[in-house]
Amino acid sequence: MIALVGYYEAWWIQILKGVIIFAVALQLVPIVLLAERKLLGRFQSRYGPNRVGPYGALQPLADILKLLTKEQFRPTTSVGFLFALAPLISILTAVAAFAIIPFGDVQNIFGTPVGLYGIDVSIGPLYLFAFGAIAFYGIMLGGWSSGSKYSFLGAMRGAAQLISYEVSQGLALVGVIITAQTLSLTGIVVAQKGMWYILPQFFGFLIFLAASFAETNRAPFDLTEADAELVGGYNTEFGGGRFASYYFAEYLNVLVVAGVVTTVFLGGWLLPFGIHPPGWVDPFVVLFKMSLITFLFIWVRATLPRLRYDQLMSFGWKVLLPLATLNALVTAILVVATH
Amino acid sequence: MPSVSPPQSAGPDPALPMRVTGWSPGEDVIEVQRTPAPGAARSTWRTFRETLRGLFTTFGRFTETPVTVQYPEEKTPVYPRFRGRHKLHRFEDIPQHGAQAGLEKCVGCSLCAAACPADCIRVVAAENTPENRISAGERYAAVYEINLSRCIFCGYCEIACPFDAITMGHDYELSDYDRSDLIFTKEMLLAEPVERTPLRNEGE
Repeated sequence: MIALVGYYEAWWIQILKGVIIFAVALQLVPIVLLAERKLLGRFQSRYGPNRVGPYGALQPLADILKLLTKEQFRPTTSVGFLFALAPLISILTAVAAFAIIPFGDVQNIFGTPVGLYGIDVSIGPLYLFAFGAIAFYGIMLGGWSSGSKYSFLGAMRGAAQLISYEVSQGLALVGVIITAQTLSLTGIVVAQKGMWYILPQFFGFLIFLAASFAETNRAPFDLTEADAELVGGYNTEFGGGRFASYYFAEYLNVLVVAGVVTTVFLGGWLLPFGIHPPGWVDPFVVLFKMSLITFLFIWVRATLPRLRYDQLMSFGWKVLLPLATLNALVTAILVVATH
Repeated sequence: MPSVSPPQSAGPDPALPMRVTGWSPGEDVIEVQRTPAPGAARSTWRTFRETLRGLFTTFGRFTETPVTVQYPEEKTPVYPRFRGRHKLHRFEDIPQHGAQAGLEKCVGCSLCAAACPADCIRVVAAENTPENRISAGERYAAVYEINLSRCIFCGYCEIACPFDAITMGHDYELSDYDRSDLIFTKEMLLAEPVERTPLRNEGE
């Protein structure tokens, strides 16, 4: 069935969905946190955390509790209002971006049609990039308002990096949008019924993935928090709950990117070989695909060393951007030629 | 670049150009390639290929069992010659030098204390009497204390001892909450360690 784009949902359903999305995001982040530490351990031939709870399962809980019970301090040189606001912006944009990840088609739950996504906007990727652009304020304001040189340098790097790679990220999706001929994320998933876009848009997939590593400030592009030269980057001066907020936002951004890759390139809730499971399986299919992409993120972090800053810039502008443009161009020509 | 020989022992080497003529930038400048190399497509492909190779390398580690030793539960075995906490010895069941089993080997000669470079052994000797016979010799150690917070585990005490009364054991878990708890008395050194340190087998 074709997704009902922009159909009406009762206000209480929307509120309920908002709460559920926030709750799910809040549950997923500790899991990713633990998974990252465990997997990084395995990649380095060690166990990772295994002391708190069975198999170290309560480690993220202990970490978060520790951070939340710590003192809220800030440097005397910081700008108080912005210092408190910046982590909030980061966390808010991450959750807002999470809202458009479709976990399934419109389902009938007790006779009420409910779409298994926060909101199905008709400008899906643009919404995503809009919030990605606002998320940059979280980093920029956080670093600048700290009144610390390291934070400021980290924030400036982050700003340059996010702006540079957003272009390639957007252009990598253009190919998909041209092929699917819709901007709605559910529409893009439905358009992948015949073939997932990872096959016809393989280069778009690679470019998007590479740009996403930079957009989420993950290794090998984690120059905003290059510990060796910047202490901790933009979040050097943050501690306690505010630091936890930044951390939360970072991992949620990874999940958002994993969700977008799943939706756009891996066929969302669709299963291959024409398997049509009942509707309640869809979210788990999406979560499974998301976990694969998250695994890839962790895998790459365990493998690649951090780039030098000029390498980052030259890779973004001289390699990724031309490739993304070429990809969009070739896709457009092929689509026009075959129709 | 001129080859820079290692500095000679007798003053600065006059052959070094830096000393004589001063630094000239032209000789030291190394060309750094900051842009994609000519043949960018090829180098991009090379980078991509090497990235994949790296990914498979780490994945190989991922599939292996971790090499971590889960320390408090499992301990690293030590070699037979490992110098851990000291032990004082008694005579075994087989009498030696005409001594009876169970007597202390230490005769309180203080040679270990004299040999100790860290000055951590304190011995106060006393005379054996026929009623109260503690060691095989004429005298015995009334007080024998090793301050393990000072000990450097050099093993000189073991070498100095003429009766093999003190030897280095294998225990290395010697942390404590109080410095005074680290002064081991004769009773503690004579007693068997509470937990045995695993010994590494031959060839392991």
